[in-house]
Amino acid sequence: MAVTYEPIATTTLGSAASSITFSSIPATYTDLRLVLVIAGSSATANVRVQYNSDTATNYSATYIAGNGTTATSSRRTSATSLTFTDGVATSTTIPSFFTLDIFNYAGSTYKTSLTTSNQDYNGSGSIESNVGLWRSTSAINTILITTLTATTYNAGTIATLYGIKAA
Amino acid sequence: MATTYTLISSNTLSSSAASVTFSSIPATYTDLVLRCSVRDSGSSGTSQQQVRVRINGSSSANYSRRNLTGVGSTAASGSGTGNTSIAGFYAPDAGATSNTFNSFEIYIPNYATVQQRQVSVFNAFENNSATVNELNATAALYTDTTTITSLYIDTVNGLVSGSSFYLYGIKNS
Repeated sequence: MAVTYEPIATTTLGSAASSITFSSIPATYTDLRLVLVIAGSSATANVRVQYNSDTATNYSATYIAGNGTTATSSRRTSATSLTFTDGVATSTTIPSFFTLDIFNYAGSTYKTSLTTSNQDYNGSGSIESNVGLWRSTSAINTILITTLTATTYNAGTIATLYGIKAA
Repeated sequence: MATTYTLISSNTLSSSAASVTFSSIPATYTDLVLRCSVRDSGSSGTSQQQVRVRINGSSSANYSRRNLTGVGSTAASGSGTGNTSIAGFYAPDAGATSNTFNSFEIYIPNYATVQQRQVSVFNAFENNSATVNELNATAALYTDTTTITSLYIDTVNGLVSGSSFYLYGIKNS
């Protein structure tokens, strides 16, 4: 049976860091999946993702989010990154969990992604899903994970990038 | 080449059952993915019943959640603390259209480590009805820190024949 879901790389932070980068991503898969378990941050931080070091206004997103009381939907246009609405908490004991699926990442069309943010902090937090677009025809070969406010992710944060093959 | 997304165990009910348990889950993977399709055997008057998933058989108040749900034309968000299971999502029951089941996925990262777990739940069912349907995303927290070795799934009145359960393990290296 063909292996269709493979780990490309994984990073576990041994100390606090402001960024995690996956580079030299091979173009041999169909889709990518990023799994991110964040062991808190130095200050409330919105996860930010950029592709191929592109900091231009080539990103947009539509999201739906719930804070336990209210469901909201909104969008961002001409943004310089993909971001999540609610920031990661500083708790070192309650992790938050994110996934980012990028479809046809090596193709020559614009890149659509589907992301989830799971942040229940036992009495506070949020759940969010968003669809993102990167308006570039380049294959994605680098993924940069930072925070919107330049804070750091705590040690113990784990990021894994998987490749999925259609056949 | 490493096989990283592996079926650990599955169960498709050939007759109704009160619950299903995956036990003795090996600690050799990084993450777990539970994918199920279930229908409740009772009749509630609302044509749906809550699905309950318990980790390590725990029915203590070790679970909390934030959920986002679309039912018909309404989107809403809810929450819970001190819950006794991963909950807040539903399956059709005997009052719903015959042969309709829900489909849900639960992703548990780092299940074999010693820490609280942030769990992702995604549930959906459609019944050709304005009210008996659901699209649900839930962030659930399991506050116990022990290694996860079993998963228990049930509904209030029990699971009908044909309900299916698949447990996968994912390795990150």
